Amino acid sequence: MVSVRLENLVKRFGKVTAVDHISLAIKNGEFVVLLGPSGCGKTTTLRLISGLELPDEGRIYFDDSDVTYLPPKERNISMVFQSYAVWPHMTVYDNIAFPMRIKKVPEDEIKRKVKWAAELLRIGELLDRYPHQLSGGQKQRVAVARAIVVEPAVLLMDEPLSNLDALLRMLMRSEIKKLQRRLKVTTIYVTHDQVEAMVMADRVAVMNKGRIMQIGTTEEIYNKPANLFVAGFIGSPRMNFFEASVSDTILDTGYFKMKLPEEMKQVLEGYETVIVGIRPEDIHPVERGIPPGVKPIELEGRVDFIEPLGSDTIIHLKIGEILLLVKVPGSYIVEMGRKLKVALDFNKLHIFDKKTEKAIL
Amino acid sequence: MRGKNKIFYHNFLPYLLLLPTGIYMGVFIGYPILETIRLAFTHPYTGEISLYNFQRLSRDFHFWNALKYTFLLAGIVIPIQVTLALGVSLLLLRRFKGSNMVLYIFLIPLTISDVAAALIWYNILTGNGYLNRILINLGLLKSPLHFFGYQYRSMEILAIVITEVWRATAIVFVIIFAGLQMIGKEYLEAADVFGASTYQKFRYIILPMIKPSLQTALIIRTLFAMQIFGVVWILAGRDIPILAGETYYWQIELKNPNVAAAYSLIIACISIFLGFLYIKLLKPEYLER
Repeated sequence: MVSVRLENLVKRFGKVTAVDHISLAIKNGEFVVLLGPSGCGKTTTLRLISGLELPDEGRIYFDDSDVTYLPPKERNISMVFQSYAVWPHMTVYDNIAFPMRIKKVPEDEIKRKVKWAAELLRIGELLDRYPHQLSGGQKQRVAVARAIVVEPAVLLMDEPLSNLDALLRMLMRSEIKKLQRRLKVTTIYVTHDQVEAMVMADRVAVMNKGRIMQIGTTEEIYNKPANLFVAGFIGSPRMNFFEASVSDTILDTGYFKMKLPEEMKQVLEGYETVIVGIRPEDIHPVERGIPPGVKPIELEGRVDFIEPLGSDTIIHLKIGEILLLVKVPGSYIVEMGRKLKVALDFNKLHIFDKKTEKAIL
Repeated sequence: MRGKNKIFYHNFLPYLLLLPTGIYMGVFIGYPILETIRLAFTHPYTGEISLYNFQRLSRDFHFWNALKYTFLLAGIVIPIQVTLALGVSLLLLRRFKGSNMVLYIFLIPLTISDVAAALIWYNILTGNGYLNRILINLGLLKSPLHFFGYQYRSMEILAIVITEVWRATAIVFVIIFAGLQMIGKEYLEAADVFGASTYQKFRYIILPMIKPSLQTALIIRTLFAMQIFGVVWILAGRDIPILAGETYYWQIELKNPNVAAAYSLIIACISIFLGFLYIKLLKPEYLER
């Protein structure tokens, strides 16, 4: 097990810069997820770490050794592919044994380790089968077993759950996480699914357009997004955003004004226009009673639409031309078209610079 | 009335639609096969059903030579073709500048008929041909290399092999190349990640995964090799007797359709047997049945 350090990695494909000066330090045994929309460079970054792709600039270190230009087989890594890449002409046993056979491990040790990995992933009774006789979830387990059996220094996973159905995906994500805790292997995991990222990761690196927008724990990324992209990308339903002009401690959207506490004066000094963000769950209907600890900023709007989701309900609240989504418990009933007073929680308010899109608050 | 119509369509329409194909196959495939079988088992003089034709050809040393040379040529040509096609396919799989050009050039012989191909190589290899003239003008040879004539039969075989390899490797290549391209990129990348060398990747991943294509290519090539005719007939005539050549000889020169039919039947039986053998031996056991 090793630590992984990326320094200013750049990878271009023709005119497209897929990976744009990425630096990232991953601790020994850490589970880091690269999260981002498709085309953000997360898979390319993973392939650079694997050695399947070589960077145009920058360095990759495993502990202190420079592996930037080493071929994959000299890096002591293993990988779980999106398509599983379980070889169709080999039985499950042979698939798992293949990496060890290549390394000329004695056959009785291979047997022992295949058995160990198969038991860990509960595929012991499938060892004699061919991949076409397996379900997607079983193939996925075989791919993971093959990846861990070589005891890699770094385990790479490229959207390993994206081809599974929703239920299996939920099951597998906790299993993979538990497995990683047990094996304490440094793991880099690529996904576009934010829930997957947040559930599994020790730290999440949110990527966009070839850059890392923010890296932090789930809690940090969710509660203290560093910029507009991360704030909008993480969370479902999405964070509410609206533009406001600043004068002193008053934010004016053109439809309503918000008076912020006096101590904000210094923070907002020098900004003319800002973008305000608030998550749907941080807006509370006043008539339900405001939860303790909330510093309320009260607004009134009209209920435009209601999305009942069972456990929760999403209320679309219109204030002038501004649409705010409000998340309330499913038990709370509200009629469409009526007026509704809500309180924004100032403690949960995010303010971004309109020009740089970076967080001010 | 409408109901009756419906039943008619339901019951008979499928057969009606199959009829043209059925007639075509009956006239152009079914009838010739039956006629060949009838001829082969009919005594040419008495008209009785007999094994005379087979006895007749089995006593002919030309038959045994034809059998020998047909298999010899197949045994030399096919391994060369498969190896070459596999090599070129692997080369073209890693795309490089001009790889498409190489692909197209490699496919040109596919468009040329066997007789034309034989004539091209005859003009190159003959005593006064391009090869000899170039070599003599360069001072590398004093007298021309002889490829043709009864006393140079081993050279004739060489000329046939060269022509066949040049002419028909492309079809093997097309099939194998298609098979190689079907292998998902991630299967090979997984082999890279898990430490396989280039040779190990070829031996343990690529080769087993193109087994179905190899099987198809081998069957097609072997069947055609059993029927080899034009190239041999033009380059060597009856110096190198072959089964299809003997069929032609008996039919056209000796005007004996019965023995010719017996030859045809033997070629067919050998082809069916070999095809069956390939399917049994090269069965990709992992594929869904």
